[in-house]
Amino acid sequence: MTALVSVRDLAVSFGRTSGRIAVVSGVSFDIEAGQCVAIVGESGSGKSVTARALLGLTGGSVTASQLRFDSTDIADASPRQLQRLRGRDIGFISQGALVALDPLRPVGREIADSLRLHTSLTASQREARVLELLAEVGIPNPILRASQRPDELSGGLRQRAVIASAIALRPRLLIADEPTTALDTTVQSGILDLLERLRDDGAAIVLISHDLAVVSRLASHLIVMKAGRVVESGPTESLLSDPQHPYTRSLIAAVPTGRPRFSRLTGTPAGEPAPVEAASFTQAPVTHEEVLAASGLSRRFGSLLAVDDVTFSLQRGRTLGIVGESGSGKTTLARLVLALERPDSGRVSLLGEPWTGVPESARRARRPRIGAIYQDALSSFDPRWTVGRILADALGSAAGVAELLTSVGLSPELAGRRARYLSGGQQQRVAIARAIAPRPDILVCDEPVSSLDVSVQAQVLDLLDELQRSRGLSYLFITHDLGVVRHMSDDVLVMRQGRVVESGATESVFTAPQQQYTRELIAAAPRLP
Amino acid sequence: MRQVWLWIGGAALFFLALAALAPGILAPGDPLAIHPAQSFRAPSIAHLFGTDESGRDIYIRIIHGTGASLLIGVSATAIGVGLALVFGLLAGLGPRWLDFGTTRFLEVLFAFPGLLLALLFIVVYGPGVVASTIAVGLATAPGYARIIRSRVLVVRRAPYLEAATVLGRGRWFRLWRHLLPNVAGSLFVLVTLGIGQSIVWASSLSYLGLGAVPPAAEWGAMLSAGRTYLTSFWWMTFFPGLFIMISAVATTLVGRGLQERSRHS
Repeated sequence: MTALVSVRDLAVSFGRTSGRIAVVSGVSFDIEAGQCVAIVGESGSGKSVTARALLGLTGGSVTASQLRFDSTDIADASPRQLQRLRGRDIGFISQGALVALDPLRPVGREIADSLRLHTSLTASQREARVLELLAEVGIPNPILRASQRPDELSGGLRQRAVIASAIALRPRLLIADEPTTALDTTVQSGILDLLERLRDDGAAIVLISHDLAVVSRLASHLIVMKAGRVVESGPTESLLSDPQHPYTRSLIAAVPTGRPRFSRLTGTPAGEPAPVEAASFTQAPVTHEEVLAASGLSRRFGSLLAVDDVTFSLQRGRTLGIVGESGSGKTTLARLVLALERPDSGRVSLLGEPWTGVPESARRARRPRIGAIYQDALSSFDPRWTVGRILADALGSAAGVAELLTSVGLSPELAGRRARYLSGGQQQRVAIARAIAPRPDILVCDEPVSSLDVSVQAQVLDLLDELQRSRGLSYLFITHDLGVVRHMSDDVLVMRQGRVVESGATESVFTAPQQQYTRELIAAAPRLP
Repeated sequence: MRQVWLWIGGAALFFLALAALAPGILAPGDPLAIHPAQSFRAPSIAHLFGTDESGRDIYIRIIHGTGASLLIGVSATAIGVGLALVFGLLAGLGPRWLDFGTTRFLEVLFAFPGLLLALLFIVVYGPGVVASTIAVGLATAPGYARIIRSRVLVVRRAPYLEAATVLGRGRWFRLWRHLLPNVAGSLFVLVTLGIGQSIVWASSLSYLGLGAVPPAAEWGAMLSAGRTYLTSFWWMTFFPGLFIMISAVATTLVGRGLQERSRHS
């Protein structure tokens, strides 16, 4: 059987003839019908560009000794031929479901577009087909949803609508570029189920992701890319169980799911994942010194009870994980703990003294005891300030900036740069440096690694781990990612709709969850086989 | 390409600034000296821009009038931005009722065309250089105030202000070190664009006889004086008009150039 897609020696470059930059080179692979091939790599590895080359959408110059879809040579196809292929034979599911849909049109109309362009169905037939498609991708109440605009749908529903429009014409090839990034765990799991069903129905799928755990469920074949080149490729099982290239090994090691607490996620300098340090030492010592406590915290916004009667206690040197999906109230809880938001009832005490219910002026002197890092590090920096000034401001003097940068694994030379020119991982390191500058006892970490690639996420988690041990920090670690929370925390709170549904020591919650919701969450988390 | 225009505008501004600060270097002579025998001379080597009805050299008058003309434009903009800062910060930072009140007030001001607002002010306070400067400042203030208010609303909710709170910074620190610089940064370009507009407006008022009055060597006043002779002695109005245009275009070029540059960096 000949492959549906065949790519040999694909190279894509951007720029004018003088300063040409090769973004992808020497990429070869085949895909057969009913097969899922995953392209894995960090941002900038060329994985999206490779997939877009199949659609003729790179915007750069593409060369290949073979770039074939079925019987069409994509490299030589006219724009008109490509246009006929796109939508009808090749479906594309893009990364940003937020921007892939026209905000001013009902999603049903958007999905009907490809039917209108490529089929001779009448308007009422198209309408019926759209409803079928919406139901097929698991959108409840399709009649209502078809008439709504994208901003009236949740992120998960929007991504399903994008998939519905991509599969409207039963394309033989589906290209999915990070289809579940930025979605909640259970939503992600639902989307992956859907893609799995489409694959079993005979569609060929190219799945692009930075997360090995996500793709390993669907893909029978993996292509690992780095800096525009394929470093390793092969059947999923053998590649995961016996990776040959050090980079593949580091990607596998970076997945935090099922890795004991205090084990390193990034390799030692040799590129090997470090052995688990002191297997017995998988819990932080219990000191019984309570640094942060909340009792009966509640906060209401209008009719929404964002945080409902939450009580917890955090001891010195330990990590309390708070896990929940979007809308579960975890960020509001963080803001209450940081006293950025006033609770309607309940109170927080910091180092044994009242923290809420006192005026801000009384809190200010104690603010340095509790720091925070956020998901979007860049927006937490004044855009006019250099890295050096941000850190000097937090330290109170310019003297320790170089040392501080070194302690978070950054070069002191970065002090003169502005944060927006740093990579996402470097930005988060600067944010961590700023947070630890006043030598706090507690750090509130609100989704600190959620927008980072898995390999960068691993480095940041390792850094947080090191800092916790060297400085005796206590963490309130908020995330939607179960793998991360399990790796990082001693105790865990599971939140849903503002309430704590389950709490306890991390290992016992994960190995013997008492609540149905916790069990669903754990089952939905992607993991390596 | 844009940067070329920035440099051309900059060079023109430099020339105007030199004329404003040291007119004697560019045009030695007395702008008010009368030579009735040499009236209405066309532009020549002796009188680059010709002479007016009293035989005064128009080139010398224009160069010596630069200071007054630019000063009116710059101070009018300063007054406009100053007032706008007060209104914009009150509306952006104050309680909701204050924001509501200020915004409605600004909308009422907006309902009048800017020049009409300036004329109203002069009707009440009488003509003169100071009055016309304040009038132009007042007329431009609502536009700036609206922009400042919307910037303040964005910046005050920015995560970096919250990060400063978490670090234990007080309200005034956040206002002075974070909020104001970030609001002012976006204002800078607008101000350079606004100066050109103010110069044109101030000249318009002088032309109407409501600002500087002859024989003062102010461009608008010179335009006004030349208007009687427009059909026979074109140079009396052409050259002052040219300089008003040059100064407006130069500040606009510099403003746009800086805007472009800040967008790319």
